[in-house]
Amino acid sequence: MIIKILGSGCKKCITLSENTQAALDNLGREAQILKVTDIVDIAAHGVMSTPALVIDDNVVSVGKVLSAAEVEKLLCA
Amino acid sequence: MELFKWLNDQLLRMDWLAWLVRVLVEDGFGMDMASRTGASLHFFIYDVIKIFILLAVLIFSISWVQSYFPPERTRRILGSMSGFKAKLTGALLGTITPFCSCSSIPLFIGFTSSGLPLGVTFAFLISSPLVDLASVILLASIFNWSIAIAYVLIGLVLAVLGGTLIGRAKMERYVEAFVMHNPVLDIPQEQLTRRDRAQFAWAQVSDIFTRVWLYVLIGVGIGAAIHNWIPTDWIEALLGQENWWSVPLATLLGIPMYADIFGTLPIAEALVGQGVGLGTALAFMMAVTALSLPSLIMLKKVVKAPLLALFFGIVAAGIVLIGYLFNAFSYLFV
Repeated sequence: MIIKILGSGCKKCITLSENTQAALDNLGREAQILKVTDIVDIAAHGVMSTPALVIDDNVVSVGKVLSAAEVEKLLCA
Repeated sequence: MELFKWLNDQLLRMDWLAWLVRVLVEDGFGMDMASRTGASLHFFIYDVIKIFILLAVLIFSISWVQSYFPPERTRRILGSMSGFKAKLTGALLGTITPFCSCSSIPLFIGFTSSGLPLGVTFAFLISSPLVDLASVILLASIFNWSIAIAYVLIGLVLAVLGGTLIGRAKMERYVEAFVMHNPVLDIPQEQLTRRDRAQFAWAQVSDIFTRVWLYVLIGVGIGAAIHNWIPTDWIEALLGQENWWSVPLATLLGIPMYADIFGTLPIAEALVGQGVGLGTALAFMMAVTALSLPSLIMLKKVVKAPLLALFFGIVAAGIVLIGYLFNAFSYLFV
């Protein structure tokens, strides 16, 4: 599984990435977390508000710092 | 009326703060307020504290409102309209959206790929950095309410007119091809709780604060220097009311600079204090906020030179025109 965090490097994106890691740890799963910071790359996903979370090329959340629990739900969906 | 004036003086202009800082400068530092150093120090401390207080309060409240209008919703609202109404709404929605020019790229791509006309997108893009609710309150605090309201109205007119002209010019072929083929994402809106909104608003405050505090210090520093150290004759010779070139010159000076309205206002304030025309000072401010080298370089990634040049030309010409208008009619506002 490849997880991408889209965001231009602000504090919110770092928090989202930490929460995502925590969610993976809680579920005992492994995945590669990539940070996408280039604004054109971000926009290429169709995303307008950051931070956004992409799981295996599907954008699952935009414009919100999800908590670890929320990320867990998305990972199980 | 009396009550309103009192609230205005204390809450917006923060007369209590001016008084406190005066006590600090005179009794604390033992300096004379009539001396240059004393007056500069007062201007600096008072303005920095005032701007930081207003910045925190204003950004928090605006971000709260903004959390109800994420770009996806703005796009949906604008997509349901057409013509003048769409451009006007675009300009209005631009006043409650992010202040940062870095967000203009995703917005531009997201709007254009979903089929919004260029005119509507540009009405939004012009108004977004130029006019926002924070700038209105700040202008009212530093100058007065009639100037603040005139500034917003004129900024909106510029956005709608600029959008309309760009729409008429049929520039679609000058948008980079990948923008049109970009996927349009329509995932269900995240439901935000009140706590989420407060968190979002607070994050915006700290985000913007860390980004602009240095600019504010520099801006107020320059303002204090203009206020007390640079001879009035020089400033008048360069940007004085009777020179026809002062408005275009102020605009040209402002374009390469990249700061937001919080850092620019103290400079405009000091310029007006030194006898520079209100229109000249506002032109400088608008040029700094609406046009900047970094944002033009960003936009260059998504549009080709002719469209970029048209956008730049229209906004620059609009700013110069607004400068002349404000100079001509400034007697109405002061």
